[in-house]
Amino acid sequence: MLEIGLGHYLTVGAILFVLGVFGIFLNRKNIIVILMSIELILLSVNLNLVAFSSNLGDLTGQIFAMFILTVAAAEAAIGLAIVVIYFRNRGSIEVEDVSTLKG
Amino acid sequence: MNWTLALPEILLAAAGLVLLLAGVIPKRDTTFPVTMGTLGALLIAAVLVMATPDGMAFGTQFVSDGFARFAKVLILLGAASGLMLALDWNEKQGIARFEFPILVLFSTIGMMVMVSAADLITLYMGLELLSLSLYVIAAFDRDNARSAEAGLKYFVLGALASGLYLYGASLTYGFSGSTSFAAIGNAATGDGAVSLGLLVGVTFVIAALAFKISAVPFHMWTPDVYEGAPTPVTAFFASAPKVAAVSLLVRVLADPFAELAAQWQGVIYLASLGSMLLGSFAALRQNNIKRLMAYSSIGHVGYALMGLAVATDTGLRGVMLYMAIYLVMNAGVFAVLVSMRRQGRALERVEDLAGLGRTDPAMAVAMVVFMFSMAGIPPLAGFFSKLYVFLAAVQEGYWVLATLGVLTSVVSAYYYLRIIKVMYFDAPEGSLDPRPAAVSVVLAASGLFNVLFFLFPAPIVAAATAAVAALAG
Repeated sequence: MLEIGLGHYLTVGAILFVLGVFGIFLNRKNIIVILMSIELILLSVNLNLVAFSSNLGDLTGQIFAMFILTVAAAEAAIGLAIVVIYFRNRGSIEVEDVSTLKG
Repeated sequence: MNWTLALPEILLAAAGLVLLLAGVIPKRDTTFPVTMGTLGALLIAAVLVMATPDGMAFGTQFVSDGFARFAKVLILLGAASGLMLALDWNEKQGIARFEFPILVLFSTIGMMVMVSAADLITLYMGLELLSLSLYVIAAFDRDNARSAEAGLKYFVLGALASGLYLYGASLTYGFSGSTSFAAIGNAATGDGAVSLGLLVGVTFVIAALAFKISAVPFHMWTPDVYEGAPTPVTAFFASAPKVAAVSLLVRVLADPFAELAAQWQGVIYLASLGSMLLGSFAALRQNNIKRLMAYSSIGHVGYALMGLAVATDTGLRGVMLYMAIYLVMNAGVFAVLVSMRRQGRALERVEDLAGLGRTDPAMAVAMVVFMFSMAGIPPLAGFFSKLYVFLAAVQEGYWVLATLGVLTSVVSAYYYLRIIKVMYFDAPEGSLDPRPAAVSVVLAASGLFNVLFFLFPAPIVAAATAAVAALAG
């Protein structure tokens, strides 16, 4: 029987983190997908923290994870609000269109 | 539990909530009184900051020392000048809403918590309070597509930076067993070999903070956000948050990760080099003055990081002095940018300054002072800020860095001097609208500081020396 240890959790966390980062940079479609990728990054961090917390027998990591959950909610709210005003101005939330400012 | 050490922050938070209520209840427009109330709160907070003793509060979460006080006074100064520049501009632009000063106030609390952080969790909360407020004020001109786009870009990249920071923090926590800076420092000093996990953690944290200070290679959001955001918001972005993030980087690297200096010095070295090169060369072909200032700010961060790459006390003192002088210099430049308005329309091309030497000689002279100061020409303040970091680099034998610093500042002098040339030798298209009193105050104060700094450098140098000494001890 395979024992699931710290290494496995960290691997899953790392995979989720990399997926999130790639989701931001390789995504050419929709800004909402970027918001989802950001959430994915934050959740991978939470997984890391909880795994470390359990492994170290120290509660700090879980408290940190709680703070991250709270802030992530605020961040998502502000992100969506900005996406809404962006959509009202441009009538589109395609990533390709976010390119007026350049040079 | 010594909560009085956080009194300035607590006062500002309470003031923010009270002002929010005071702003929303009356039926009429409350922008002006709320702005004045915010400025008052910032002033009281500055006095309280200077009176705060040394010590740790909330367990090991929050530290008050000379370093934090130095950075906090700068932050409050930056926030106040940002508000003064915004007051009139927002009104003329039709975006005068009372939420603006309150968002600036909350971001200021975030910055103050950041520079006082003695724990990864406190640091994160301060950073997020700052970032969330900044995302909103970047998109504050919400009916303007460019402002909305700036807000969106800043949000996406800022959130990515937060993610990088958190990932680094989680690894640091896991491999050192604690989130408190003191404990992380002890874990790093331990038995010889540093764990790989801790190193990866530090690297992620540095990358995230490099995002916030817009150092190469994490600078790509800066030009777009600076160009798209309303001008006073850009002024604010380039001042207080930058000082806060650089101070934070200094604290994190020189305090918990001091033992890993050999590892992070190389990273900061490259970031400094890249920022100096990009800041001077990419700005050469910019015609939008806000975009130009964005590249200029990347360059200035590069010079400041040179002191951090050296990592001696002299170097760190150079960083703090650099940020102090940059803050004031920058406020002056943006006071000019904010007054660029003709027939009620805001202007932001370099050519729009044409003939300023004839149409508004006082402002033109001030702009000449700021441009020479930014380029680092003696005896203006900008020269001394560069002198201190270059000296530190030379003392420690970082010849390549110091030489490239001098060469890139020569290159950057080209675009600063171009602005002076446009002001004095090109034909005016008509005079600018009269500038508001608050802007003139910032302009005069910053101009005098830049001109007179060489006569009285001692108090500021002494304050920076004391700040860095507090960090090491």
